[in-house]
Amino acid sequence: MASISPDNHGLRLVTRYAVLTLVAVIFVFPLLFMVMSSLKPDTQLLNDTSSLRAFLPVGDISLDNYAAAFERAPIGAFVLNSVLITGATVLLTLLVCSLAAFSFVFLDWSGKAVIFSILLATLIIPYETIFIPLLLMASQLPWIGGDGFEIGWLNTYRVQIIPFIADGLTIFLFVQFFRDLPRELIEASRVEGASWWLIYRRIVMPLSGPVIATAAILKFLFMYNQYLWPLMVVQDESIRPVMVGLGYFTDQLNVPWGEVMAYLTLITVPVLAFYLSLQRVFISSVASTGVKG
Amino acid sequence: MKLKLALITALGAFALGGAVSAQTELSLWYHGAGSANAEEALVNELVEEFNASQSDWVVSIETFPQLAYNDSVGAAALAGELPDILDVDGPVMPNWAWANYMQPLGIDEATLEGYLPGTIGRWDGVVYSVGLWDAAVAIMTRRSTLEAYDIRVPTLEEPWTGEEFTQALMTIRDSGDFEYPLDLGMAWTGEWYPYAFSPFLQSFGGDIVDRETYQTAEDVLNGDEAIAFAEWWQMLFEENLVPGTSQDAADRETGLVNGNYAMSWNGNWAALPVVEAFGEDALFLPAPDFGNGPTIGAGSWQFGISATSEHPEGARAFIEFALQDRWFTAFSDGTGLLPPTASAAAETENYAEGGALEVFYELSDEQALVRPVTPGYIVQARIFESMLADIANGADIFDELDAAVDEISRDIERNSGYGH
Repeated sequence: MASISPDNHGLRLVTRYAVLTLVAVIFVFPLLFMVMSSLKPDTQLLNDTSSLRAFLPVGDISLDNYAAAFERAPIGAFVLNSVLITGATVLLTLLVCSLAAFSFVFLDWSGKAVIFSILLATLIIPYETIFIPLLLMASQLPWIGGDGFEIGWLNTYRVQIIPFIADGLTIFLFVQFFRDLPRELIEASRVEGASWWLIYRRIVMPLSGPVIATAAILKFLFMYNQYLWPLMVVQDESIRPVMVGLGYFTDQLNVPWGEVMAYLTLITVPVLAFYLSLQRVFISSVASTGVKG
Repeated sequence: MKLKLALITALGAFALGGAVSAQTELSLWYHGAGSANAEEALVNELVEEFNASQSDWVVSIETFPQLAYNDSVGAAALAGELPDILDVDGPVMPNWAWANYMQPLGIDEATLEGYLPGTIGRWDGVVYSVGLWDAAVAIMTRRSTLEAYDIRVPTLEEPWTGEEFTQALMTIRDSGDFEYPLDLGMAWTGEWYPYAFSPFLQSFGGDIVDRETYQTAEDVLNGDEAIAFAEWWQMLFEENLVPGTSQDAADRETGLVNGNYAMSWNGNWAALPVVEAFGEDALFLPAPDFGNGPTIGAGSWQFGISATSEHPEGARAFIEFALQDRWFTAFSDGTGLLPPTASAAAETENYAEGGALEVFYELSDEQALVRPVTPGYIVQARIFESMLADIANGADIFDELDAAVDEISRDIERNSGYGH
């Protein structure tokens, strides 16, 4: 029987770390390039792209691009809008979709299988294909708010949130996860007289951390990256999200690349913060369900 | 007495309130959100001055990033939410007029006499929009460069012929002193292609679409002249006379000034850095003549009135207010673009007699040709861009020209002739 000598073990360790470092570098370099480029004037930034200098804080380094970016666009408002729209959609999605999934998995009602099949079928329809009818509908929908009764949802936060709350993918993720929960727990609770709402709130949801994290991250990324829909339904600058704001940095021909990189760096911060805050749960979710973000 | 005073005060307040509410709000959409130059500030200044100049209308401005502007207008038109005053790119205007996004401008055409051709937007013989500025393209280079290779300096009266131009490029290439003799700006995509390169095709005698009928591209985009153009275009890349479609944006920005390129085909918006770098050695040359006259593109952003505006008279009043030499001069000085009238040009920093960019006004006046005035242009422009890129990358020119003609003709047919 062959044994692993200390030398072999060391070699394997070195190889493993080398490969992992290489993979990490591949993933980190785009971010590094973005941050470093945001600190350089355009001419230097563009000249550096052909060498490793692109990833290093060398040359004429300053925060000028950030100052210029803040002058060019109301970045704070865009980020706040995106965080608000995304945050509200994520929370409402988690609530609505988990309730729908709970119903599909634990409640008995007629037509459940058919409706679930239809729901799954919606996964193959890209949002972009329904945007025009959705736009026409949104422009005619009634609303009762602070200003009383009104017609039309355009130019509001709600038109950027409500159409995206319920979605087939999130319901599917919850259904898959709920199906793996021990049925005995639910049945025992029912025998003890617990209501469905209590079971949902006290038993099912507390056990669903991984799928909540997965669904939240997927929805967060989808909503934070929204471009076409807000572009179609929002004309008021004060409620525009970050991705539409990116357009402030390009015109027909010239692009201030340093400012673009500064803007991208700034709008990436909430995404990274959100991801890192859920990273541990997300990884355990990937490990346990095989769902990839 | 107190009661009388209170009544007078109340009446006064009511009258004042009445006066304020008598002002009707007009909405204006503008494409330049985030533009680093002075254009956006000047548009705001224009609006403020208009609002202060009269008591009937109040214009409120909503700015959009250019990248998203046309799509936002399209979506708003679908939803019935168009503003009163629209900012529209010259070549796109016929599409918006045809699609009923816009209504005729309705101003006295005598007002527009003497304007540069690219600043007036006409569709179906009717004026729909008017611009406060235009742009022009030229060959930028250095006098010393041409002299070093014994190349004639062309003039407006006697531009380079096609052969002279090509020979000049080959002479410079053979010297080995430059990475490429000419930079066409292949790093820029989108509207740059039809704006900057279709004039070469037109100078050969071809065009993107048949301007007599606007019903087909047959013969104009795949006829003998277009084939000659396509062969010349492909030769530029095969002979390493110009950088290809993979050109780096950085090289486009700095290649001429850094000495990588001997010449650059670029617009007046990029001219001041060249003047700064080369001083009196800087040259801005007219487009070469490939047999059918030298031509450059024309048509920039303009103002028009939306079809759904309930107050076209107010929108018209605003646009008429903007059509003053003092605004043309202010925009030109602020942005570096061309003013639409000679009288305004004479008052500007750059286009007045002896100004650093004076030649661009003459170029625009003499050589400008607006892009095809048809609603189908927005589709034709994309097809033309793709065709040029493919030919530059070595595709078969006959296949490319025929395919583009078919695609353009099919699109025209699908849209029932686009109302021509």
